[in-house]
Amino acid sequence: MKYVDQTLVHKRMNSRVLKNNILKQVFLIATLFGLAVLAILIFRVVTQGIAWIDWNFLTGKLSTFPEKAGIMGAILGTSYLMLIVIPVTLIIGVGTAIYMELYAKKGKLQSFIATNISNLAGVPSIVYGLLGLTIFVRVMDFGNVVLAGGLTLSLLVLPIVIVAAQEAIRAVPGHLSEASYGMGATKWQTVKKIILPAALPGIITGAILAVSRAIGETAPLTVLGIPAFLLPFPEGIFDTFTALPMQIYYWTLDASLVDEYAYLAAATIIVLLVLLFILNAIAVIIRNKFQQRY
Amino acid sequence: MTTLTEDKHAYSGSTNNRVVYDTKDLNLWYGQTHALKDINLSIYEKEVTAIIGPSGCGKSTFIKTLNRMVELVPTVSTSGTITYNDKSILDKTFKVEDLRTQVGMVFQKPNPFPKSIYDNITYGPKIHGIRSKKVLDEIVERSLRGASIWDEVKDRLKENAYGLSGGQQQRLCIARCLAIEPEVILMDEPTSALDPKSTLRIEELVQELKKEYSIIIVTHNMQQAARISDKTAFFLNGEVVEYDKTDTIFTTPSDNRTEDYISGRFG
Amino acid sequence: MTTNSGSEKKSAVNVREMIAEKKRKRNFSALTEKIIPILLLIIASISILTTVGIIYTLLSEAFEFFKRIPIWEFISGTVLKPLSQEPEFGLLPLLNGTIISSVIAMLVAGPIGIMSAVYLSEYASEKVRKTLKPLLEILAGIPTIVYGFFAFTFVTPVIRAVFPAVEATNILSPGLVMGVMIIPMIASLSEDAMTSVPNSMREGALALGATKLETTFKVVIPAALSGIISSFVLGISRAIGETMIVTIASGSSKNFTFDITQSMQTMTAYIVEVSGGEAPAGSTIYYSLYAVALTLFVFTLIMNLLARYVSRKFREEY
Repeated sequence: MKYVDQTLVHKRMNSRVLKNNILKQVFLIATLFGLAVLAILIFRVVTQGIAWIDWNFLTGKLSTFPEKAGIMGAILGTSYLMLIVIPVTLIIGVGTAIYMELYAKKGKLQSFIATNISNLAGVPSIVYGLLGLTIFVRVMDFGNVVLAGGLTLSLLVLPIVIVAAQEAIRAVPGHLSEASYGMGATKWQTVKKIILPAALPGIITGAILAVSRAIGETAPLTVLGIPAFLLPFPEGIFDTFTALPMQIYYWTLDASLVDEYAYLAAATIIVLLVLLFILNAIAVIIRNKFQQRY
Repeated sequence: MTTLTEDKHAYSGSTNNRVVYDTKDLNLWYGQTHALKDINLSIYEKEVTAIIGPSGCGKSTFIKTLNRMVELVPTVSTSGTITYNDKSILDKTFKVEDLRTQVGMVFQKPNPFPKSIYDNITYGPKIHGIRSKKVLDEIVERSLRGASIWDEVKDRLKENAYGLSGGQQQRLCIARCLAIEPEVILMDEPTSALDPKSTLRIEELVQELKKEYSIIIVTHNMQQAARISDKTAFFLNGEVVEYDKTDTIFTTPSDNRTEDYISGRFG
Repeated sequence: MTTNSGSEKKSAVNVREMIAEKKRKRNFSALTEKIIPILLLIIASISILTTVGIIYTLLSEAFEFFKRIPIWEFISGTVLKPLSQEPEFGLLPLLNGTIISSVIAMLVAGPIGIMSAVYLSEYASEKVRKTLKPLLEILAGIPTIVYGFFAFTFVTPVIRAVFPAVEATNILSPGLVMGVMIIPMIASLSEDAMTSVPNSMREGALALGATKLETTFKVVIPAALSGIISSFVLGISRAIGETMIVTIASGSSKNFTFDITQSMQTMTAYIVEVSGGEAPAGSTIYYSLYAVALTLFVFTLIMNLLARYVSRKFREEY
């Protein structure tokens, strides 16, 4: 007598295969669910906001009349923020990555810094806001100006840049630096002339991703008390400012009062998303174009 | 051809070659692994010295010890001495950068920098402070000629070195090494990644270079060692089994293990 | 000086001498080599300073708060009335709002995220995977303020059209939208865990006549479990720390309730409300910001450490 009854196996086989096929479709639908929501979100925002985008909206000042309102102040504010975030995160991020990958001895200090960086990446952005409020706005007494906002956002996205730069440096093949050392180059010469140039595309890609994260961040700015009133345009890093996400935030809150504000918020979201799209496209282009064949 | 007596430290007056490298009781460990054991070798100027032996015998480690590249592995420790031109180079006070300026290295896989051919050659001179465009131009031409690749690349010096074939890349790497005019060139299996034709060109080049440079070449290709070298050292399990004139090693080796290896019984 | 090109002989340029010459003049490069590592260490320690800054700020200001409000009263208090004449600072309403919104988010993101991961890693062809994955990642790149807008101006009205009893600000809508936001995180991390399960294990099951579904649930998911769990934990941590969606769409009611159709406030939303309201420095309500933020920080830190512990400790040896 056989333990395996083939007829029974056959009978069950059909239902098993059927179950497999049905669930495959369920899994596909689940995957598409997220994309469907994304599509609806973008469709909603575009249909609500596109009609409101014109030259005056992009270059004008805020106004108490929705139809006259412009977001130039927010665009300038966001640009000024990035003027701080980009150099600060690049210098600190790349410096930290070089130290971690090329100089630090494998040991307690190195793994302590590494653990610390990955923990920082998980700290909610609003906590960074409180850090910025306490240190930059209050203790250093900058006030809620571009500098305070920019430094706060820099600390927030620093882990992204560090990790990206570390990966880029790690990806530079060892035989390149060997060749350099073999010619009598010192460590720093090798780092500066061989490793960093080879890692640059990866570093820039990481920096762009960090910047696009910083551009959309709202929570820390709300904690810093960044207003969205009729401010004069910022002209330097010690001026008060507003930023695109803050503008969206205030207009969304006002949307419950007057519908037009929802449309203004949607229009600002379009501007923000287009900006992010351009940044990410640049990152992808750099990644594809400069992918080194070693 | 050199004429060498049995005594390794004596050398014939006719070729007038002096010792460039001398190792005394050289030992090396990767962590706990004893990779080189009591190496005593004298390497002579303007000769080709071949290092042969099966994989893992320590031949690459040895050559990388000669310019202290082996120290890029953090767990390495050494004992004994290596003298290069009468200076003890394993001393921690000895500047490795100076050593590596005088001792060039060509690696297993061609490893040009992801830069133009021109920038590859000028990399060495530039890091050592030579900035004059005129001088650099001249160095580029001379080095490329020296590595017999000038005619192939003279019209595309500004192009990326990765556009060259593997064999050309390796000759470019040799040219890059010549650019700082070293005395010694270390070659770590320089043809192992190349096709037979490119290999032949490199071998011819080595014969040419020997007129001006001392060359130490690691190879696992015994025919290659026989073709191009003046002396051969046979490494096994981190020890030098035999070191002698290449002719002697390949015709009348004094150690059974050398004979077994050369006749292809292992390795 | 003339260069007789074509000759391989040494010309007027003697590189060796030039290098030796330069070396004598340039001693500062040795100094550079010594200074650079120190400089880099200083830069690298900025990340440590940031952590120290966060912990010190939160602890010292929260300590001030606990001098006025006993810590037990804070933790167990069910009433939060910071602006009242007789203010009360109970954490539980905020904790409740945070937990409920996170649970709703995970009810969306958990199943959908893991099903997406299964589809992408086990069923989808390489081509489909390469199209769908970047699209899913767009979802992760949308700023949270945009999700907040979406929850407030679209999802809530849709829910209210079906269930009129739902309030204009409620915890359900931001919870759901937060779930959508977290899907790509769980999908991507779980998929990584599943794709790293070696094919030989799948082949073993498939060769016995198991269907793909059975292979997935009996072989792949158990083998990838630590990665999947750690993605869930990170998802929860993300939900707890999420701010703008709940701030916009859930309002600022400090009710201690379990009714998801009502407005509730999370810890993060409380911080936005109070700090935006220009709480005068030195007041109890100002210090309460830090006490709440400290709680939030501790929660997310535990989650992140837990995620790392799980993914290390229970990593299957393949």
